[in-house]
Amino acid sequence: MTDISAQHGSASRSSARRNYSWRVVDIVVAALIAVAGGVIFWAWSQGANLISVPVNALYPPLSGLYAGGWMIPAVLGMLIIRKPGAALFCETVAATGELIMGSQYGTTVLISGVLQGLGAELVFAAFLYKKFNLPVSLLAGAGAGLFCGLNDSFLPWGWNIAYAAGDKLAYIVFTTISGAVIAGGLAWLATRGLAKTGVLGSFASRKAATEPVFS
Amino acid sequence: MRDALSLRGNHALLTRANPLAKFTAVTLITLVLALSIDWVSASVALAFELLLLPLAGLTLALLWQRGWPLILAAALGGWSTAILAPDAGSVLVDAGIWSISAGSLQLGIGFMLRGLAIALPAVLLMSCTDPTDLADALAQNAKLPHRFVLGTLAAMRLVGIMAEQWQTIGMARRARGVGSSGNPYQRFRATLGQSFGLLVQAIRSASRLAVTMEARGFGGAARTWARPSTFSGLDAWVLLGGLGIAAAAAAAALGAGTWNLVFLTHQ
Amino acid sequence: MRSSPGVRPAAVTARGWGWRHAGRPRPAVSGLDLDIQPGERVLLLGPSGAGKSTLLHALAGVLGDGAAGASGAAGDAEDADETGSLLIDGAPPRAQRGRAGLVQQDPETQVVLSRLGDDVAFGAENLAVPAAEIWPRVREALDDVGLGRLPLDHPTSALSGGQKQRLALAGILAMRPGLLLLDEPTANLDPAGVLEVRDAVGRCLDKTGATLVVVEHRVGVWKDLVDRIVVLQPGSATDSAGLNSAVLIDGPPDRVLAEARDMLIGAGVWVPGYVPATRTRRPARDAGQLLLAAEGLAVSRERPRRAGLRDGFRTIAPRPVQAGVSVQVRTGEALTITGPNGAGKSTLALTLAGLLRPVAGTVSAAPALSGGASGHARGRSAGHSPGHIGGGAGTDPYRWKAQQLIARIGTVFQEPEHQFVTGRVLDELMFGPRHLGYGEDRVDELLERLRLTELVDANPYTLSGGEKRRLSVATVLAAHPQVLVLDEPTFGQDANTWAELASFLSELLDAGTAVVSVTHDAEFSAVLGGTELRLRPRETAAAAPGPELELPEGASP
Repeated sequence: MTDISAQHGSASRSSARRNYSWRVVDIVVAALIAVAGGVIFWAWSQGANLISVPVNALYPPLSGLYAGGWMIPAVLGMLIIRKPGAALFCETVAATGELIMGSQYGTTVLISGVLQGLGAELVFAAFLYKKFNLPVSLLAGAGAGLFCGLNDSFLPWGWNIAYAAGDKLAYIVFTTISGAVIAGGLAWLATRGLAKTGVLGSFASRKAATEPVFS
Repeated sequence: MRDALSLRGNHALLTRANPLAKFTAVTLITLVLALSIDWVSASVALAFELLLLPLAGLTLALLWQRGWPLILAAALGGWSTAILAPDAGSVLVDAGIWSISAGSLQLGIGFMLRGLAIALPAVLLMSCTDPTDLADALAQNAKLPHRFVLGTLAAMRLVGIMAEQWQTIGMARRARGVGSSGNPYQRFRATLGQSFGLLVQAIRSASRLAVTMEARGFGGAARTWARPSTFSGLDAWVLLGGLGIAAAAAAAALGAGTWNLVFLTHQ
Repeated sequence: MRSSPGVRPAAVTARGWGWRHAGRPRPAVSGLDLDIQPGERVLLLGPSGAGKSTLLHALAGVLGDGAAGASGAAGDAEDADETGSLLIDGAPPRAQRGRAGLVQQDPETQVVLSRLGDDVAFGAENLAVPAAEIWPRVREALDDVGLGRLPLDHPTSALSGGQKQRLALAGILAMRPGLLLLDEPTANLDPAGVLEVRDAVGRCLDKTGATLVVVEHRVGVWKDLVDRIVVLQPGSATDSAGLNSAVLIDGPPDRVLAEARDMLIGAGVWVPGYVPATRTRRPARDAGQLLLAAEGLAVSRERPRRAGLRDGFRTIAPRPVQAGVSVQVRTGEALTITGPNGAGKSTLALTLAGLLRPVAGTVSAAPALSGGASGHARGRSAGHSPGHIGGGAGTDPYRWKAQQLIARIGTVFQEPEHQFVTGRVLDELMFGPRHLGYGEDRVDELLERLRLTELVDANPYTLSGGEKRRLSVATVLAAHPQVLVLDEPTFGQDANTWAELASFLSELLDAGTAVVSVTHDAEFSAVLGGTELRLRPRETAAAAPGPELELPEGASP
């Protein structure tokens, strides 16, 4: 019985900021969102290959325009869980999933995941984890996209490290736009749709569908 | 997809090494290779990595089956670099927005080989590492919070079920008249709908799984481990091997004078 | 005694207990007074919405804020709300990890880890049982549930539904709980799986003497195992909780079943010896018109793979789960596909329905189905021909466009949610007709007939299980298919929905629709009549020439 009372002690101590502590259901749902995001992106990319190969051959920075698909878990996870670290955690899990499935980036995919998650996380943190409306979602997506672009262009393992400066800039602009629209916009829409189905009943986001869009 | 998450049938030597040791070795190689874009360091590392295939229970045929998309991606990456890197030396091709020079071509080839040499050890790592063992090592050895590590592990087990559900939802929606044919916009909308359907199921499954885990006492502070994750002599060899490959790659490139630090590429 | 590895049966006490879920206006349970003695075996019954699952979750200690939060802390009005007290051995369930163990309905999410032994060890690890003690417990628990012959590293994904539920039971037994909580543990299983799980539970209770609380609407399964039935009624809407007791009837099984029989039947409970009344089929006058024919069909869910460069990128056909199937589907006739789990029943049905590509053999639509002209058997809808989407659609249903398909073959999936494509019940029903350019009259008829009129504005995902099932049948029928394919339509349904569905399908059959159903439910097949296609499991299917076709009693002459 002693260990049980110890657990209870820690639980009640954290009750003052209980909205910020992660429950088991938060962890598992966040992780499975990332996993499902991986499955969805994998299915999309089956079709996207037809586009991505010619795009890459023609003007590679254009590939940044669909990079946002990778960052959906970061924004979606945060919009649903609404706890500090959700964006970072989901994107890291998504990257781990990609590593397990076999990634062209090797283990550096983990760094990309952490950085993309961080890009979105910082935006939510800037709003003190109190705002989850459309503009904040778009900004968070853009943040993830920006960090993705910076990682790919300026860090040693980045695939665009040897590009000329103008091409790097183009790529970063593209990933930022893509992050905002695909990761930010789609994740926001998805959260509202999910709230209407009732599956978010145990999360703070259960009322997402009726929250104002802009404030 | 389910098979990708289990090692059933693989009893190669490296499956017995601690995942953390293997991960550290791979990271060492990756970091050293990331520092330079040159064909010598990449080729040396790649050669060593290919020699290690049998130790991870992989054959060339298996590698090709799992890894050909990575090879395609690496080739594309090399191509991108060749056409977009600033020109140096004689210009070989010049067609408007893209041009290939002797310098950028060399860079492109180096880049492609580097991409492969970075991707391959990760494939090796995952093909000889069971995700459960990896999670054990991350929680017990690396001391990451066990609730997050095990919660993620349990969720990842459902990846195969998610992939099956994706297929089922696709069929179920066709049976409602939502086709996977039509113009790109219709297809895009259909895929969005299918994705939404999968997300609903993912959250339902995850919520039930969380109840299952909590009902088995998961979530408390203290916990014992039925599978202690330990280090052995083999792990020292794994680390030494990683260090050796990294050092050999760097030394070869320095010796050949091809070492080309990424940050200096533009000068 | 306490330190012995034996199990100490738990006592449950509820005093005016109630629970309101976060964000819900009404409590799921209110005013519950209940005493369960150590070692008692209780079957919990009641209509849907009576809060049976909520009670089990509360006893398992998983209700509320989850492990990291503290329940009962101050929060806004939207937070969950608990009243009264619910105690196990005099202490709140949340404070006693591992005192109670819970098995839920869905087998897939009862498994936590990838290897058999690890999964059983999980609970014991979480209770901080010393590592040396865990593995003996794991082996004992696996033996107790009859999985002891499998190796400890056996992949959990390779287990059948019944085995997964027994594995979940083993995982709980390894925690040595005094209270076993089962929330419809057999609702998703085939008849063999149901008995497997029930018998394993019985053996474990006999051995440990633990207290049991089981929720299940098929009373017959558990009746002989329990010594008490408690019937709950939905929480009262009034705020004066306690006036209206949550427990309706409580007593020994035979007495409760005798006294409350009519009430239970009314609530859709499967009372032993009671088969809900259904409409009887009109005897067929003559053989129906051929709609679909399968010849030498081999089926698989896997898609053909492309071989690598070395093999010239040729296509590799997947290994079929079932082969050599020849069968016909005719107007006004039922075809029932039966067989053990893993025999490829659903896969075969989906292939017949034009949703999967045959691995070998053909599925071909007869002119009566593929041709656009008329051929629709139902009087009123005969005018709605699928003609505008091309007169002849070709004979291969797999190659039809989605809209050509739904106007001809409708498929109802096992999980209704997989088929929802809109956010509103009415839109859901209008979806097919709108895309096909049909009128809306049929939709109103279906709404009425399947009791969905009240729900037109609801989000489909928020409906109850029975409502979702009725909606999924209605949405598919709204496109007027001549062939209706159903995958396990009666799984997990209460007796009321069951009877409604069976009667409705028998009506459709008499009106000329062909009904193909995959089912384990013999009573359901008996209502529909027609032909039974019994598939053999994969292992023996290779040796035997093919599946058997049989006419059950009462089938059309």
